[in-house]
Amino acid sequence: MERRCRNVWTIAKRELAGYFMSPVAYVFIIIFLVLSGFFTFMVSDFFATNEASLAPFFFWHQWLYLFLVPAIGMRLWSEERRSGTIELLLTMPITAGQAIIAKFLAAWVFLGLALILTFPMVITVNFLGNPDNGVIAAGYLGSFLTAGAYLSLSSLTSAMTRNQVVSFITAVVLCMFLLLAGWPPVTNMVTWAPYWVIDTVAGVSVVPHYDALQRGVIAIRDLVYFASVMGFALFATGVIVHSRRGA
Amino acid sequence: MIEALNLVKWFGPILAVNDVTFTVERGEVLGFLGPNGAGKSTTMRMITGFLPPSSGTVRIDGHDVVDDPIPARENVGYLPENAPGYPEMTVTGFLNFVAEVHGLGGQDKRDAVGRVVEMCHLRPVLHQPIDTLSKGYRHRTCFAQSILPDPPILVLDEPTDGLDPNQKREVRDLIREMGKEKAIILSTHILEEVDAVCSRVIIIDNGQLVCNGTPDELRKRAPGAGSVTVGIYDHKAGEIKDVFSGLKGVKRVDVLGEHNGAVQVKVYPVRQDGNPLELGPVLANVMKERGMVFGEFHTEKGRLEEVFYDVTRAEQEVASDTEKVSNNVG
Ligand SMILES: Nc1ncnc2c1ncn2[C@@H]1O[C@H](COP(=O)(O)OP(=O)(O)O)[C@@H](O)[C@H]1O
Ligand SMILES: [Mg+2]
Repeated sequence: MERRCRNVWTIAKRELAGYFMSPVAYVFIIIFLVLSGFFTFMVSDFFATNEASLAPFFFWHQWLYLFLVPAIGMRLWSEERRSGTIELLLTMPITAGQAIIAKFLAAWVFLGLALILTFPMVITVNFLGNPDNGVIAAGYLGSFLTAGAYLSLSSLTSAMTRNQVVSFITAVVLCMFLLLAGWPPVTNMVTWAPYWVIDTVAGVSVVPHYDALQRGVIAIRDLVYFASVMGFALFATGVIVHSRRGA
Repeated sequence: MIEALNLVKWFGPILAVNDVTFTVERGEVLGFLGPNGAGKSTTMRMITGFLPPSSGTVRIDGHDVVDDPIPARENVGYLPENAPGYPEMTVTGFLNFVAEVHGLGGQDKRDAVGRVVEMCHLRPVLHQPIDTLSKGYRHRTCFAQSILPDPPILVLDEPTDGLDPNQKREVRDLIREMGKEKAIILSTHILEEVDAVCSRVIIIDNGQLVCNGTPDELRKRAPGAGSVTVGIYDHKAGEIKDVFSGLKGVKRVDVLGEHNGAVQVKVYPVRQDGNPLELGPVLANVMKERGMVFGEFHTEKGRLEEVFYDVTRAEQEVASDTEKVSNNVG
């Protein structure tokens, strides 16, 4: 156990340091902050709502992540394949599972850091009014979990190809499915199907779980949903990394 | 130490490695020779556990690399083809990372990193990102990571690729030195390298093992191995030829021509079990008996190039006859 944790920690530390040694990290953080500010203040007209809440701010996250998270996740495995380092990584005395979890965690922590840097929003609403900080905390949790769900899908697509563009586009499509699965135009596509199929498709959607957390409700059901998406996607990543090592 | 048993690897319809079996013991440096696309890298990837074999097994110190991978990998240092490295990392960052993955920390880690930095002369580039290194330094950085945990087994895919002649020599000296207590496999297509470092050679062609022996044993398989060239004064070419042809152990005598008043002939020995018979004493005796005065006397040891050419070319001819699946992927 201790050994496993140490391996995961060693790989994750390297990954995370790697983000900050290349411009990727800085560009990502700046774009994330600028865009979330833009949508919150300009598009949702934050001040006009006259409410001390971060609802408009969090509303945009699920959409921003749709493009920003695959941009981070696309390189997770494609880059290892392209540079050939996958051959070093997978012949080190660690398991592929440890490498997958470590790389995922590093990217997720990085996304978390970008999220933490939005703290001026919290200060602003507290300065302007009396927001429910519990709801804000749950909102952050929901945002972080959604980023994790998208990231796990990006990890999956990046394991499938050494081409980062293909990896990015496939990840965006998968994440979009997660976002839109419960939306009537999507469920209407399968109206011919039995109820349970429609329910299943709609049940895959991240939206109801995200919304619940935005309302400040932290329910086991929603946490289980996020854990299952991540668990499934990372498991599938493992299967693909294992079967496509040499390709 | 390393046991490769009946290794086979298919890539879709391509048979890249076809039933390769060999073992390497401690104290041996095994040279893996073969033309490009022969299957050297694929075999090494199976030995290090990067690629699972389509059939066959690899055991490292008794641990199956597929079923029991972690103990197997702990004992193997691997230099992949093209010496990959994390482009944005510095050389020290990279080496420290590799040390940590192998469970080294604190003073042990500093010692291990310091040792390979000295051995591979990396001090001048310690703080440079890997993607800014020259090819020689990048190669040595990756070589350094392979020997960093001081593993008992090394698998080196073209370890001197991209190095200048001095660096090549240094790396070879290093490998020969380490080969005294480790089991090492290295692939190459440079024949002089085999002589410089290897205690045993395997030639693989079209995925198949075609030769396995010491460099000297291999050399004896060269068509010209064991032949004697001698220059004799004051005798007619025809007479010399008659005398030598009648001797036991002589297969053929070629007259090469006259040079400074001496007739030059080349005498080829009969082969027994593939090995040429020793002609030197026989010829020296007969020349002494007949009072033949000779200038030059030279026994050919056989050249590895000849053997290499011989076995890999023969194999290609067979291949085109039997309509093997062509290797159409680069
Ligand atoms: N990932 C792969 N997919 C398909 N074919 C491959 C792959 N890797 C190697 N090959 C093929 O296997 C054969 C052996 O390749 P390789 O082991 O790299 O040869 P060598 O290292 O001796 O030059 C070649 O024909 C090559 O095209
Ligand atoms: Mg090769």
